[in-house]
Amino acid sequence: MAGRERDKEQKGHKGRLRIGWGIAFFFAFLQVILTLSPFVFMVLNSFRKQFDMLSQGVFHLPEPWIFTNYTEVIRNGFFGYFLRSVIVVAVSLLLMLAIASMAAYPLSRMQFRLRPLIYAGIVAMMSVPMHVTLIPIFKMTTDVGLYDTLGALIGPYVTFALPMAVFILTAFMMTIPRELEESAQIDGCNRYQNFSKIILPLSKSGLSTLAIYNGVSMWNEFAFANTLIQSPGNKTLPLALGQFKGEHSLDIPLILAVLTLSALPMIILFIIFQDKLVKGMMAGAVKG
Amino acid sequence: MSGERTGTGGLARERARSTAGAAAFFLAPALLLIAIFIIYPVIETFDISLYKWNGISSDRIFIGLQNWKSLIRDALFWKSFLHNLIVMAFSILIQIPIGMLLATFLDAGGRKLNIFKIIWFLPNLMSSVAIAFLFTYALATNGGIISSLATLFKGTRTNVDLLGQNPNALLTIIAVMAWQFTPFYMVYFIAGYGNIDVSLYEAAVIDGATRGQYVRRVAIPLLAPIFRTACTMSLIGSLKYFDLIWNMTQGGPVNGTELMATYMYKLSFQQFNMGYGSCAAAGMFILITAIALLFQKIFTWKGDY
Repeated sequence: MAGRERDKEQKGHKGRLRIGWGIAFFFAFLQVILTLSPFVFMVLNSFRKQFDMLSQGVFHLPEPWIFTNYTEVIRNGFFGYFLRSVIVVAVSLLLMLAIASMAAYPLSRMQFRLRPLIYAGIVAMMSVPMHVTLIPIFKMTTDVGLYDTLGALIGPYVTFALPMAVFILTAFMMTIPRELEESAQIDGCNRYQNFSKIILPLSKSGLSTLAIYNGVSMWNEFAFANTLIQSPGNKTLPLALGQFKGEHSLDIPLILAVLTLSALPMIILFIIFQDKLVKGMMAGAVKG
Repeated sequence: MSGERTGTGGLARERARSTAGAAAFFLAPALLLIAIFIIYPVIETFDISLYKWNGISSDRIFIGLQNWKSLIRDALFWKSFLHNLIVMAFSILIQIPIGMLLATFLDAGGRKLNIFKIIWFLPNLMSSVAIAFLFTYALATNGGIISSLATLFKGTRTNVDLLGQNPNALLTIIAVMAWQFTPFYMVYFIAGYGNIDVSLYEAAVIDGATRGQYVRRVAIPLLAPIFRTACTMSLIGSLKYFDLIWNMTQGGPVNGTELMATYMYKLSFQQFNMGYGSCAAAGMFILITAIALLFQKIFTWKGDY
């Protein structure tokens, strides 16, 4: 009797659970549609001829599929923009990770009087809006002759990523057991060797998340690039969009081809490294 | 005896000095860069705000607090600030709850729902510039997605003007921002769920709790710090927002989507009124800092309560 009642209860519970999941999946698919429809719009129409967008309807398959938009974009120097973005992001990222891990080491491992003050100061820099620094950095860049060069971007890119990176790496390095260093010390390692031989290799997963996270934002950075770079031959990928739009303002499918090509590398990298991104955010989220 | 004590004291002092030396060595590059590219520019911005200066010529005219007096009476600056506040409120109310719901779904479903996570995250990988361009076309009055849908439902050709008039433009921007940033908060909450000890879920299940009860009674209270950080990030992000609006509407139509950052950028780099532009930037800095601190204070108080 009691058993049957419990069965019934469980069946009711399972039924409710199924309905719950049904509703959840409905909204999940709704979110998929909302997320994907602009992408579908972008990709489909990038294979259309210039004037076919209105006559064919934006969600119909292109008739015919053409690839000339892509060849045109590539012929007009797309890879130049691409290459410059790769260079700026690679250099900035390497510098940033090196400097941030150096800073996080004493903050997580050493006892010195100014430690709390310096740590709080660096973390406070996270909330400084970059726009406040834009005019002085523009002026500085012109004064030292770096205006309109890729070098102008590296300083700001490295520096504005630092506070968050130091914050996350400090939290990360605190979780590395101290015994490892102590035994290394007995083996005759000094602090500098401790850092390069023990702490740095063990921080690899934290570093790789920071690389993904900051790589994406540096790859997409607009305001500094727009202010500090002028000539098309020095522009990075986010500025390429405006450049192409200026030259082909009415050719929407061509611009959509530029958009598709510039979004593709990040999407591919994300699909490969997505687990790392979540794990790294977990490290940052603990302390919040 | 006493000699020995001074001896160890000297040793300890020596150790402390060598620690300080090593710390200085490791911290120097980071502190130097922060000084050059953040602290000095912020001070310089406040300094330039006391001048009348076009940014190019060498003659800067000191005018004291003139710019600040104008800024306080500048209706357009306060209108921009109001837009920032509206964007902020909607961002927090839309992006964070939806992001949290999506994360809850993924957390309950486990790895087999990974494909949803990948798809949902895609918008956050696009640059704001790219999103601005994409949506300018995707929401175009003529042949955009919404107009096409409206045409489909009504049966006759219908054009929906989303970006060309107020207040539609600002609301559209808010929707596009939600599209872009909700996935960011989703990943943030996924990370938050990941940090909750599995044994807590197991204990709740042994005690007869359903998944829903676990989420409501156990997970959400534990996620409170994540909520707080997410809100702070969203708040600061919306108050300094720039890229998307600059590339989509340039603050128009008739300043209907003007934000503090776009206004400041126009003043400085289009009208070359760097003195007043710096003043707007400095004002923006003060407002953002004040609101962020206020927010933190309220939330901490609630947390302690």
